[in-house]
Amino acid sequence: MADLSNDFAGIRSPNPFWLASAPPTDKQYNVERAFKAGWGGVVWKTLGEDPPIVNATSRYGAVTYNGVRVAGLNNIELITDRPLEVNLQEIKAVKRAWPDRAMIVSLMVPCEEHYWIDILKRVEETEADGVELNFGCPHGMSERGMGSAVGQVPDYVEMVTRWVKQHSRMPCIVKLTPNITNILGPARAAKRGGADAVSLINTIQSMVGVDLDLMAPMPTVDGYGTHGGYCGPAVKPIALRMVGEIARDPDCAGLAISGIGGVSSWREAAEFIAMGAGNVQVCTAAMTHGFKIVEDMKSGLANWMDDKGHRTTADFRRAAVPRFVNWEDLNLNHAIVATIDQDLCIQCGKCYIACEDTSHQSIAASRTPDGRRRYEIIEEECVGCNLCMHVCPVDDCITMHPLATGQDKLTWKHHPNNPMRAVKEAAE
Amino acid sequence: MTADLSAGPDIAPGRLSPQALAEAFDDAHPPLDRRQALIEASRCYFCYDAPCIEACPTGIDIPAFIKSIATGNTRGAATTILDANIMGGMCARVCPVEELCEEACVRNTAEEKPVTIGALQRFATDDLFDRGLQPYERAAPTGKTVAVVGGGPAGLACAHRLALLGHAVTVFEARDKLGGLNEYGIAAYKVPHHFARREVDFILSLGGITVQTGRALGRDITLAQLRCDFDAVFLGMGHTGVRALQAEGEDMDGVMNAVDYIARLRQAEDKGTLPVGRRVVVIGGGNTAIDIATQIKRLGAEDVTLVYRRGEEHMSATWKEVDWTQTNGVKVKLWAQPRRLIGWTGADGTTAVKEVAFEYTQLDETGRLMGTGDTFTLFADQVFKAIGQTFIPSALDVAEPLEMTGDRIAVDADRRTSLADVFAGGDCVPGTDLTVAAVEDGKVAAHAIDRMLKG
Ligand SMILES: Cc1cc2nc3c(=O)[nH]c(=O)nc-3n(C[C@H](O)[C@H](O)[C@H](O)COP(=O)(O)OP(=O)(O)OC[C@H]3O[C@@H](n4cnc5c(N)ncnc54)[C@H](O)[C@@H]3O)c2cc1C
Ligand SMILES: Cc1cc2nc3c(=O)[nH]c(=O)nc-3n(C[C@H](O)[C@H](O)[C@H](O)COP(=O)(O)O)c2cc1C
Ligand code: SF4
Repeated sequence: MADLSNDFAGIRSPNPFWLASAPPTDKQYNVERAFKAGWGGVVWKTLGEDPPIVNATSRYGAVTYNGVRVAGLNNIELITDRPLEVNLQEIKAVKRAWPDRAMIVSLMVPCEEHYWIDILKRVEETEADGVELNFGCPHGMSERGMGSAVGQVPDYVEMVTRWVKQHSRMPCIVKLTPNITNILGPARAAKRGGADAVSLINTIQSMVGVDLDLMAPMPTVDGYGTHGGYCGPAVKPIALRMVGEIARDPDCAGLAISGIGGVSSWREAAEFIAMGAGNVQVCTAAMTHGFKIVEDMKSGLANWMDDKGHRTTADFRRAAVPRFVNWEDLNLNHAIVATIDQDLCIQCGKCYIACEDTSHQSIAASRTPDGRRRYEIIEEECVGCNLCMHVCPVDDCITMHPLATGQDKLTWKHHPNNPMRAVKEAAE
Repeated sequence: MTADLSAGPDIAPGRLSPQALAEAFDDAHPPLDRRQALIEASRCYFCYDAPCIEACPTGIDIPAFIKSIATGNTRGAATTILDANIMGGMCARVCPVEELCEEACVRNTAEEKPVTIGALQRFATDDLFDRGLQPYERAAPTGKTVAVVGGGPAGLACAHRLALLGHAVTVFEARDKLGGLNEYGIAAYKVPHHFARREVDFILSLGGITVQTGRALGRDITLAQLRCDFDAVFLGMGHTGVRALQAEGEDMDGVMNAVDYIARLRQAEDKGTLPVGRRVVVIGGGNTAIDIATQIKRLGAEDVTLVYRRGEEHMSATWKEVDWTQTNGVKVKLWAQPRRLIGWTGADGTTAVKEVAFEYTQLDETGRLMGTGDTFTLFADQVFKAIGQTFIPSALDVAEPLEMTGDRIAVDADRRTSLADVFAGGDCVPGTDLTVAAVEDGKVAAHAIDRMLKG
């Protein structure tokens, strides 16, 4: 039976599912409910300086995609709006009552050393297991020189991380913003500053929609709207890529990674862990379904691990990292073509029109003698792009099959069409 | 139809080809494939404090198991189901979901189309069975022993939970096979491919359950002896008797108890050997009446009429089951009761049924059923009595009798009888006669027994 217990940068928790710093971890009441439901740990809602910030009313916008609610969530909330002392007392009480769960405190104070010294001392007294530096909030706080305003400047990241490591015994997780061109900049800076781990992603700057009656961005506050932070299932691919970049970066070696962004079930967790994460954090899925979803996350992950013969998450952590390569390392002599299973085909024609209008005209449309529609792949034309397979509404009706080309592996680096080839080869 | 009215009853085996019979008795509601299951699972809202859970007598955490199907955690889905209901596979096939979980589904409000919970439950449990997985492990032995009388849903559910909790269980079953009505009673097309047996095997594979078949309480063993030899006793004997029609002539040839015929049908290696009347009359308005009417029609009876003495709203069968008989071509006649069976006497002197005379009925001002005096007659080569089963307490000791509620064993909320170490559940205690209710009784009793033995 799989063992889900987790050691993340020295922080132990009974399972790798933590709640991300956000409303679900805003206060003792929520967090205790979460622990009762079985979450392995929480990152407390970001603490700041007193007086606390004030939140606007109307805070979330959501994308409903073809009837699926909250495919993406956008929020314009800030950090905690409760007094620091109240939060600290609750953190201490909860940690006492739940010693086996991970209790991480998220922090965001201005970029001056004394602020960090002060708050770290007070957090330390709560006996929390670690701190997470919120360098990611993309709205409201960044305008005040905090959050992603820090996270976007690697030098600041390094500086603040160094202060934290210097003035605290606690493991330090640096939470990264995705609102940046190259995620490795702040990740490496965190490493240089002495961080034990990074967590990513925080929310992506977004505008979820325009209210076409009010003519204002959504969600609207008294007739106006602002940009917010995007999260939920829609952002997982972006988060996963960024996690992978850090996991395979030699300069970031040794840095633990907490995967965040669109984790909605055990499957995304397994993907993040395979791509180098040591654990995952969840916000939107809990906000959409309640804390109980962690039950399926745990049993689903354990059952999958049993099926695969993994005893602990360490057994497959980073398993996909070596296969995450750059495009120029892909084998250009590898060839696949689509096949349509005529028994499964429902004759909707979606594959045909996708290929005909937008790809390579590799599907032939015809009628059988009895008048039925028939779609067939023209193998010689098919470039193996997968588009038809993706648009086909029937699982396994269109599948991709390798063609035996009989040719050796050939990457762009060595391809005759590559004008830079000689240079590269000489360099190797 | 013209029938030769001088040649005696038209009852014959093999009215349909073997192939037609195989089709007629295959899965009435084929399972969902993975894709269908995923689409259906995505319809579940994952409600909080979900009404469907409350509507399930065993309280299966339905939204949780459906979520697990949606995430691809099918094994997790199956264990969520089986944790609450070890016969989740059987219940997925036989529960009247239209009056239980699916009736409570919030999707009914907007669409009148509930999530097909039963079908999803089957998908998850079938997957576990097909993969041959055993999700349970027994607790350390407690050294306590429990006798379970009756190997039907109530008895087996009780035995499984007790064994899981570490007790050593012995099941005494009067018949030669376990399963109770799952094996001998449920309509064949609901549980084809020996599902009842597969489920029994799964339950026993946990270990800790010794089975003694062919051993009946009251015949081979006594309650007093069991109470002496075991730390606790659970009675799950189901119904042991069948109600009489109280119509003149009901002992004639060709008149049968539906449950006996169904048991024969369920056990028949070759359904082509069963005697099938050309014109069949079924009397009753419950599950059993529906099931015999539909099955005899599917065996090739030409003309099947189900006659019930009250209106459709009084039938214990659900609307869906009534619809089902009708899509199978059974004629349903309401508000009529049998008065007299008319026979013909053959050359050998035996009398076989030929016609049934009915009287129309209505309710009087006080709500009592009464005949209107108007009559009609139906030709019948075969008549099935399906007006209900009863519990006959003859198996119980006369010396120390159990308290009864009506004709059933009285129990409290823990399913404890008037004897402190004797528990009972299923059809032999008051309540709805459903597989799922029997399983719940067995489970609740097992926990009460466990508390008593550990207490
Ligand atoms: C024809 C028919 C169709 C039905 N269809 C459905 C349906 O579709 N869905 C549904 O939910 N319910 C259905 N039911 C009801 C359901 O089958 C019962 O409610 C359920 O089986 C009750 O379980 P039980 O364990 O109490 O009794 P049973 O299933 O009757 O099991 C009792 C067991 O005890 C044994 N036994 C009896 N006396 C003794 C004794 N003295 N000593 C030892 N063993 C003994 C019997 O042989 C039997 O194995 C149907 C019932 C019938 C008759
Ligand atoms: C309403 C809301 C408030 C949030 N507040 C914070 C915060 O205070 N501190 C922080 O580090 N991240 C905050 N986040 C970001 C989340 O912690 C998380 O990084 C992000 O939502 C991505 O995860 P998800 O896709 O599981 O929601 C917030 C997110 C939401 C939706
Ligand atoms: S979830 Fe609804 S009820 Fe609760 S605070 Fe938000 S708007 Fe109000």
